Amino acid sequence: MTGSLNLWLIPLVPFAGFLVNGLIGRKLPKAFATAVALIATLIPFLHVVKIWFQFPSLTVPYVESLGTWIWTGNFHADFALQLDQLTMIMLLVVTGVGFLIHIYSVGYMAHEEGYWRFFAYLNLFMFFMLTLVLSENFLLMFVGWEGVGLASYLLIGFYFLRDSAVNAGKKAFVVNRIGDFGFLLAMFLLVAHFGTLSFSEVFAQVSQHPEWQGGFLTAIALFLVLGATGKSAQIPLYTWLPDAMEGPTPVSALIHAATMVTAGVYMVARTHIIFDRSPLALSTVAIIGAATAFFAATVGMVQTDIKRVLAYSTVSQLGYMFLACGVAAYSSAIFHLITHAFFKGLLFLAAGSVIHALGGEQDMRVMGGLRKKIPITFWTMTAAVFAISGIPPFAGFFSKDEILYQAFISGGLGRILWFVGLVTAGLTSFYMFRLWYLTFTGESRANEIEEHGAAVHARSDSKLVVEAEHAHGVHESPWVMLLPLILLAILATTGGFLGVPSAMGGHDEIGHFLEPLLGSGAHAAGGESSGLALSLAAVSVLVALTGLFAAHILYKAKPELPHKLATQLRALYALLLNKYWVDQIYGALIVTPLLLVSRYLLKGLIDRGVIDGAGFAAGATAQGFGAIVQRVQSGNIRSYAGWLALGAAVLLIVSYFGFTAHF
Amino acid sequence: MVPTSYYLVLSAILFTIGVAAFLIKRNIITVFMSIELMLNAVNLSFVAFAHQWHQVNGQIFVFFVMVVAAAEAAVGLAIIIAIFRTRNTLNVDEIDLMKL
Amino acid sequence: MHLILFFIFGGLCVAGALNLLLQRHPINSALSLIVVMSSLAVLYLLLGAEFLAAAQVIVYSGAIMVLFTFVIMLLNAGREERTHGSKAAYLVGFPGAAALLALLVYVFLSYRGQLGGVSLGEYLVTTSDLSRVLFHELLLPFEVTSILILVAILGAVALARKEQ
Repeated sequence: MTGSLNLWLIPLVPFAGFLVNGLIGRKLPKAFATAVALIATLIPFLHVVKIWFQFPSLTVPYVESLGTWIWTGNFHADFALQLDQLTMIMLLVVTGVGFLIHIYSVGYMAHEEGYWRFFAYLNLFMFFMLTLVLSENFLLMFVGWEGVGLASYLLIGFYFLRDSAVNAGKKAFVVNRIGDFGFLLAMFLLVAHFGTLSFSEVFAQVSQHPEWQGGFLTAIALFLVLGATGKSAQIPLYTWLPDAMEGPTPVSALIHAATMVTAGVYMVARTHIIFDRSPLALSTVAIIGAATAFFAATVGMVQTDIKRVLAYSTVSQLGYMFLACGVAAYSSAIFHLITHAFFKGLLFLAAGSVIHALGGEQDMRVMGGLRKKIPITFWTMTAAVFAISGIPPFAGFFSKDEILYQAFISGGLGRILWFVGLVTAGLTSFYMFRLWYLTFTGESRANEIEEHGAAVHARSDSKLVVEAEHAHGVHESPWVMLLPLILLAILATTGGFLGVPSAMGGHDEIGHFLEPLLGSGAHAAGGESSGLALSLAAVSVLVALTGLFAAHILYKAKPELPHKLATQLRALYALLLNKYWVDQIYGALIVTPLLLVSRYLLKGLIDRGVIDGAGFAAGATAQGFGAIVQRVQSGNIRSYAGWLALGAAVLLIVSYFGFTAHF
Repeated sequence: MVPTSYYLVLSAILFTIGVAAFLIKRNIITVFMSIELMLNAVNLSFVAFAHQWHQVNGQIFVFFVMVVAAAEAAVGLAIIIAIFRTRNTLNVDEIDLMKL
Repeated sequence: MHLILFFIFGGLCVAGALNLLLQRHPINSALSLIVVMSSLAVLYLLLGAEFLAAAQVIVYSGAIMVLFTFVIMLLNAGREERTHGSKAAYLVGFPGAAALLALLVYVFLSYRGQLGGVSLGEYLVTTSDLSRVLFHELLLPFEVTSILILVAILGAVALARKEQ
């Protein structure tokens, strides 16, 4: 084994960047803040690349302990980092994509107030995310888990002067908290049953007891799933993600597309040994994943804000990853995670470029005709749209198709899930191309602002933009923003080649790389049936092309059709446009009763009544006693005399009988 | 030959009547007089014991008690006069505040 | 003989005391108290305390009670009104006083045997006996007492003076 890899550098350098920018960034020139932020992200990336080259010679899992944290009785938890194949991949994705987005942000946030604050928070996020993927035990992972939630809250509410942003941040944090509660319960169960929270020890114990099936392992797994649905925005805890679009676009790209939301998938993959023992948990994950994917895709079809469409798309794609985990195809889920980071990150950054070009406009109904005006953005976004729609040879095709194949061959439920996934793929293709057509093709509809009124004009993105920006007209973004777009576009196009299955002539490098850790899916042992794989792939491509075709008809060839359909299917359209009224349902079922209980029961009754009342009662009692005792001091001589007589009598009696008692 | 205890019982009775008078009477001067009654009762028991133990000290004590009672009566009555001047009442129940 | 005298004058004492209790007008109470004092003087004589008997009559009945009478007449104290002052005095005081009486009587009667008796002329204290003790052993308290009286006089004069 070679010398220490100094894994601790990876999370701590961004943390140092956070401290510097957070504490003194305000006073220093912008260039300084930029330099600190970029260096704080570049160094980890370079370090990770260096480790990658050393990887074949390492024994995995490589554990680096930085000191004892908790040691009470039999329970032991350390500040320990570990490196294995899964961590390696996550590190590459997080640091690589993170670094690109940091570069992009330099251009995007150039005119913002609080520039230094943005990068401080961004570095803080990197610190926590890297801690999450590097941790060797559940407890340290939970630190990272909570921390990314915190960073997400801070960044969503970055434009803190805006009410909607602040509320969105709070919503994200609170909904995440519900998931974290599940995670905590899972950890408690783990401590109760295994006496430790270290990954290696827990998994070793589970492996040594093949007779442990279901039961408490199911309970642990289901609680972990609750945590994952919170962090990865699945049903029922997905409602925070669309609202999180209130944050600046680089935040949406980094946190809510490429990295934080994938933490749930990472966690399921990491703990897959537990999940493998509980078919119930696996089915739950798969069903949640498929349902969320379909559900979010239907809502995304009718949204008019470009970032909202992408948000629902993220929820939908995360559903695919969950579906993969649910059929025990963990490496497929990770593969899709990687490609998703590429194309979704690219989609958000490109959308940011579009918004920046239009001076803050986000409503697709007033876009159009941007193809010639911002060509580089156009071409990179096109690559991303093709990738997400699952059209070969772009990245999304291979990863999504792998998931659908694994679902299909995993039994009866798997067939149903495959079908749902297939339909969703069609919907995905449809709404992505809808977005593409509305934004870039045709004539500019910017003049239609007057028709739609003030609502359309809601500049929900940067409120703090300097007014001079608008005077430039529609212009391409600066090179500092375009460079990451181009790099990501290259990755989105070629990234799929990491996992080409053998049926199509590839070697599935990703699958083989992760195999020692994650297994190879429940069914690859018998070798893939290449005929089935190819035919399923063909069906997927067909469905994707159908979506493209439908979008073409509705938004290019016959643009009056969408409006007609909307009026004819008014109820359905309203249902989708209002996101199935889920937010309102949650509000009525959960939020309002909670508020009522807090306000009237807890505050009114208990806080004011019992607690304040107890204090008041104590005072009143003292006063009451005082009032009674006060009556002795009347000033009336006769009453004094009466008490005197009594006292004298008592004294005498006591002294006399006390005296004779000794006789 | 009278048993000493008879004298003592008499003294106790007088004392108790003095206490009762103190508790019942409302005129401040009468209250004062009941105090004198109590003192006298105690004097009687002193003298009885002096006779009992053939000691003169009991009688000396009575002597001093008398002196003190006289002084006390003088000063007390002067105070009562002063109080009467300001409050115009001799009713004990109405003289219950230090300041008018 | 001694016993009869004792009962007569003892009864007078108690009667006078009860009268003090029961009379409404303070002057009547004062006069009853004089009766009590005088009877007590006789009792002192029966107990062989000549000087004290004389002192009792001269000082107590003759000076203190006269002082009381003067003050009553000066202040023109009238009949007592019935005012409700204090319940504690009745509710708490009477039981206390009764308990006191009961205890004292019980103690005195239970020690009856050890106390012995008083017979006339058995023990006589002459004035010279008294003064011998007073001016030899208790000279200091005696002198201090005279100062006490001086202070009392001054106090009484100062307090009772009319404001000018």
